Amino acid sequence: MPVQDIKGQKIWQRRAGRESLFHWALWLIGIAVFAYCWQQISKSTTWFFVWDAPRIANDIWTRATPPKWEYITQLGKPIWDTLNIATLGTLISLILAVPVAFLAARNTTPSRFIVRPIALLIIVSTRSINSLIWALLLIAIIGPGVFAGVIAIAIRSIGFCAKLLYEAIEEIDETQVEAITATGASRWQVMAYGIVPQILPAFAGIAVFRWDINIRESTVLGLVGAGGIGLQLSSSLNVLAWPQVSLILLVILAAVVISEWVSAKVRGAII
Amino acid sequence: MSDAAFDVAGRIGQPWKKPPFIQRRWLRWTLLLGALAYLIAAYMTIEVNWSRVYEGLERGKKFVLAFANPDFTTRSSDIFEGMMESIIMTVASSVVGIAISIPIALGAARNVAPLPVYLICRGIIAISRALQEIIVAILLVAIFGFGPLAGFLTLSFATIGFLSKLLAEDIESMDKVQAEAIKASGARWTQWINYGVQPQVMPRLIGLSMYRLDINFRESAILGLVGAGGIGATLNTAFDRYEYDTAAAILLIIIVIVMGLEYLSGVIRARVQ
Repeated sequence: MPVQDIKGQKIWQRRAGRESLFHWALWLIGIAVFAYCWQQISKSTTWFFVWDAPRIANDIWTRATPPKWEYITQLGKPIWDTLNIATLGTLISLILAVPVAFLAARNTTPSRFIVRPIALLIIVSTRSINSLIWALLLIAIIGPGVFAGVIAIAIRSIGFCAKLLYEAIEEIDETQVEAITATGASRWQVMAYGIVPQILPAFAGIAVFRWDINIRESTVLGLVGAGGIGLQLSSSLNVLAWPQVSLILLVILAAVVISEWVSAKVRGAII
Repeated sequence: MSDAAFDVAGRIGQPWKKPPFIQRRWLRWTLLLGALAYLIAAYMTIEVNWSRVYEGLERGKKFVLAFANPDFTTRSSDIFEGMMESIIMTVASSVVGIAISIPIALGAARNVAPLPVYLICRGIIAISRALQEIIVAILLVAIFGFGPLAGFLTLSFATIGFLSKLLAEDIESMDKVQAEAIKASGARWTQWINYGVQPQVMPRLIGLSMYRLDINFRESAILGLVGAGGIGATLNTAFDRYEYDTAAAILLIIIVIVMGLEYLSGVIRARVQ
C-alpha cells in the first residue's frame, strides 16, 4: 500500500510516487492535445457569428413556430419511402450478413488464414463508412432515388449485423454441436440443428435493433438525394421554409421514438 | 412442447419433423402473409430506373477499380487539411462530451441522484439520443455559421446522450457493498463517489470512451456534407466531380484510421478490464 511518511505520521495515498507521476504526465499530454485542438477550431471559426448566435437562434425559432401543420398531407409518401428504405435495406443486409458472419466466426470458418481475414475486412470496411457516404457513392453510380437509399442502408448494415452475429456464433455451446455431430449429421445438418437454433434469438434481436437504427439513418438519407423524408427536409431548408422544417423535424422525431419503442417491445418479447 | 409429448402414441413410427418456429398456427400465417403483402406493396412503390442502374454499372466498375489504384497525391493538401480537421473535431468533442457526460451520468443513476435530478438528466439524455447528428449539425450550422465549431458542438452533444446513458446503467448495476463500506467509514459525498463508485465504473468508462472516440471520428467524416467541417466536404466534392480515385483514397484513409482506433481500443480495453 502506498504510504507517505510525513514527520513520523503515516498518510495513506491512492498511488505510489512513480505511478502518480505517470498519471500527471498523462493528464498533461491530454490537456496539451486538447488545447491545441481547441486553438485550431477557434482559428477557423468566425467568432462574430458565434457572438451573434443567440439572436440568430431566436430568429429561427420565431420563424419555425408554429409548424405548418397542413404540410403533413404531403409527407405520407416520403414517410412510406423512409420505412421501405429501412426495412428492405435491413432485409437485404441480413441476407448478406449471415454468410459473412459464418465465414468470420472462428468455429465455423472454412479457413482461418484466407477466408476469415477477408470476411473481417468486409465487416470493418462496410461498418466504418457512414450510410450517407455510401448513399453519395451509390447516387453517383446508379442515380438518385429510393433504390440508392435501400442499397446504401443494406451495405452499411452488413458489417454491423455480421459483427454481432459472428460474436454470437463464437459464443455458442459446443456440446450441442458435438451431440448433433455424434448422430452422424452432415456439415449442413450440424449447422441447421446444432448452431442455428442457438443463435436464432440473437439474430432476431440484431435484426430488430438494426432496423431501429436504420429508421434513424434513412430519415436523413434524402439530404444527399437518396429518397425518403430527408428529401423534403433538404428542399424545405433550401428555400428557408422554416415552418415546414420544424414540422418535418417533429415527424422524424416521432418516427424515431416509435421505431425505438417497437424495437424495445419486440426485443423484450424475444429475449 | 407439452402437447407434442401428449400424442406420443400417434407419432411412433412417423419421421420426426422440426417443430415450427412460431407455435400458434394463425399467428404464423398472419405474420407470413403480412410480410408478403408488405414486400409486394413496397416493391410496387419503389421506382427503379433499371436502364439508369445498368448504365451506372460501368461507373461502379470504375469506382471499384479506383480502389485498387487510389490517388493520394493530386489533392493531397485538401485531403490532409480535411483529415486534420476531422481528427481535431473528434478529439476535442470527445474530451468535452465525456467531461459533460460524467456528471449527467451520475445524475441519471437512480441509486446516486434524487428523483428531480434523475428526471432532468434522463430528459437531457433522451433529447440528445432522439436527435440525429446530421440534423443537429444542420441547425448548428444555421446558428453558428460554417466551420468546425458547429461540428465540434454536434459531436459533443451526441456524445452526451450515448455515454451518459450507458455509464448511468453501469452505475446503477454497481456493487452496493463497496459503496456502502466507503460510506460507513464516514466519507463525504465527493469522497464516496471518488472511492466507492468511480473505481467500479472506471473500466467501463474507459472502454465506452474509446468506443465513442471511434464513432465520433466516423461521424465527423459526414458532417462536412452540411458544412460543419471535416473531411466530408472534400469527399463530397470528389464524388461530385467523379474523381473516384481521390474519393477512394479518402475512404481508404477513413477505413485505416477506424481499424487503427478499433485495434487501439481493443488493446486498452483488454488492459483495463
